[in-house]
Amino acid sequence: MTKDTPAAVGSPPPPSRAATFGARAWAVSLWPFVAGVALAAFLYFTLPSAIGPYYLRIVVDVGIAMVLAVSLNIVSGMTGQFSIGHAGFMALGGYTAGMITYYGSILCWGTASRHGGFLGVGDWLFVVACVVGGLVAAAAGYMVGLPSLRLRGDYLAIVTLGFGEILRVVLQQTNKVMEDAAAVRASTLSDWIPPPVGGAVGFDGLPKYTNLFWVGVFVTMTVVMAYRLKQSSMGRAMLAVREDEIAAQAMGVDIAKTKVRAFVLAALFAGMAGGLFAHEPGLIISPKDAGFQRSFEYLIMTVLGGRGSISGVMLAAAILTALPEFLRDFEQYRLIVYAFLLIIMMLLRPQGLFGIHEIWQIWPRRAGANPKTEAVAR
Amino acid sequence: MADFVQTLITTLEVGSLYALIALGYTMVYGILKFINFAHSDVVVLGAWISFTLASWILPAIGLDPHNPATPPPFWVGGVILVGSMVACGVVGYFIERLAYRPLRNAPRLNVLITAIGVSLLLQNIGQLDFVFGPSPQKMPALLPKWDVISFSLSGHGGVHAISIGVVDVILFMTSAVLMIGLEYLVFRTKLGTAMRAVSFSPTTAALMGIPVDRVVSFTFVLGSALAAAAGFLYAMKYPGLNQPAHTIWVLLGLKAFVAAVIGGIGNVRGAVVGGFVIAFVEQFGAFYISSNYRDVYVFALLILILLVLPNGLLGSPVRDKV
Repeated sequence: MTKDTPAAVGSPPPPSRAATFGARAWAVSLWPFVAGVALAAFLYFTLPSAIGPYYLRIVVDVGIAMVLAVSLNIVSGMTGQFSIGHAGFMALGGYTAGMITYYGSILCWGTASRHGGFLGVGDWLFVVACVVGGLVAAAAGYMVGLPSLRLRGDYLAIVTLGFGEILRVVLQQTNKVMEDAAAVRASTLSDWIPPPVGGAVGFDGLPKYTNLFWVGVFVTMTVVMAYRLKQSSMGRAMLAVREDEIAAQAMGVDIAKTKVRAFVLAALFAGMAGGLFAHEPGLIISPKDAGFQRSFEYLIMTVLGGRGSISGVMLAAAILTALPEFLRDFEQYRLIVYAFLLIIMMLLRPQGLFGIHEIWQIWPRRAGANPKTEAVAR
Repeated sequence: MADFVQTLITTLEVGSLYALIALGYTMVYGILKFINFAHSDVVVLGAWISFTLASWILPAIGLDPHNPATPPPFWVGGVILVGSMVACGVVGYFIERLAYRPLRNAPRLNVLITAIGVSLLLQNIGQLDFVFGPSPQKMPALLPKWDVISFSLSGHGGVHAISIGVVDVILFMTSAVLMIGLEYLVFRTKLGTAMRAVSFSPTTAALMGIPVDRVVSFTFVLGSALAAAAGFLYAMKYPGLNQPAHTIWVLLGLKAFVAAVIGGIGNVRGAVVGGFVIAFVEQFGAFYISSNYRDVYVFALLILILLVLPNGLLGSPVRDKV
């Protein structure tokens, strides 16, 4: 039985780090971020007036879905671990970020509404909140990833699912949101345990900071991180774990560490995406966002895009987020079509649309991309 | 004391439902080594087919299908049970034949995702207007409301009457009969031996002349029939039938799966034990601690047990072979 080793897959290995990390290396390292932020700023200033609020919202949704799907792709696509709790991480990050911006705004400025303009003080509070939300989610990812050391694939799936469901139930039992600064100052410890995030109705009243610019920044961060991870030795180790755990172990890959790393990274970005989601205008984050239905949606994006293909997953996230908006009349049939797509995809093209390749590696096929190295899933 | 006894009775009922569903999960896992996510949707299908059959049969014998004035004769319940078991068995056969068999040698992740696909498909087809519809329905009462046993116990604030109705007895008896029948089938018949052989090693079983494909199909039919029975009994016990894609069904299936895992997945007796353990934790936790967190107890127990005994209560250790 011949099997492609993960090392034979994808693009050439990164250049040696032996060279000093000079100005040129910094430029190489930073240009994707600069380009991404510039593009995000450009879109932020031009797109809203061009397409109107309805389509703008779809674009923002697509961006958030991309962050979530690409980060899930690290666990499910690259490391081959089956996580159905991704929405749980998202909700955890979203609620954490929401608490920081909401109660932070109330305490600092007396009101929970938006504060400051583009790149103003409020915006930075929001970014810090998103990052903290990501860190909290990452801590939860570590906790959820730990059992993966002892559990094999499908058991792990159930644990991640259990995590999301437990979180959903716990969020339903939370206290009511405190309305103003007086209430916050008068609160006692018992008002904060469980946290005042609105219970079953959701966390309403958050300042709506999410806009195209910040979504663009976070998408850039996620995608560059994922792409570089895929090129790095850690990413190779993840791919090796996905292909064959025993062989990977024999090659010196620390399976346990690799899996937990994948979980933590994915949860980190899911948490940040949760921050974006919670502050998106016109949305109220609620406990049902932690449930498994939402996790399934991101899993479907990952699978359809190609497990391991970042651009493929982004494309799938864009299509699957935007399509339902245009198929409102066929709402009843939307999930049936999804389900059929999923089954047929698994039967006919189990590695997803793009397999492990990026879009530009497949079509048009360059001389460098050898079709024979396509990672055929066993 | 009265509260305790009442909770115990509920535990036995809910536990036997969980056990019936868990048996389907555990049999499929034992043979094909993957979680059949669509199993809970077969339970839903069983419940809704029961409802549909009831709404056909009751008018035919001159009763109001929504709220029969007098309970229909006992054979109606039997016919509906058998009918829904047969229908779900057929559906189970086709699910295996069309969706899972082509993936027999595919990586497990792919099979799992296919299972999720089948699950979504069943849910959403069930929600269509011309199938079961997107709104909840009320299952007509097929059994009289007699008390089989009733007694009083002293408890909080005086004496409480405890009664066990026909529904409760039938529920428990039917699932007990089905479980004992399955136990006999798996451990005492040639077919059961074949099933265990396939579960142990499909390749070796095939070399010994066991028709693996047929055994796998049979397992699916059997598991789906048990799921249908569980769906029927669930609808009898809790007549408010939720629409097919409602979260409550998925949670029912998940808890049953948790039962299978806790008992040691792949182990038929373990599934029954796990079903009752889960029901015990859920019901007693809900009654004595807080009913808001009843799902949390179940999943917390699952995580705990998996960390302490990764193979479940009755499971045997699994070794990865190179």
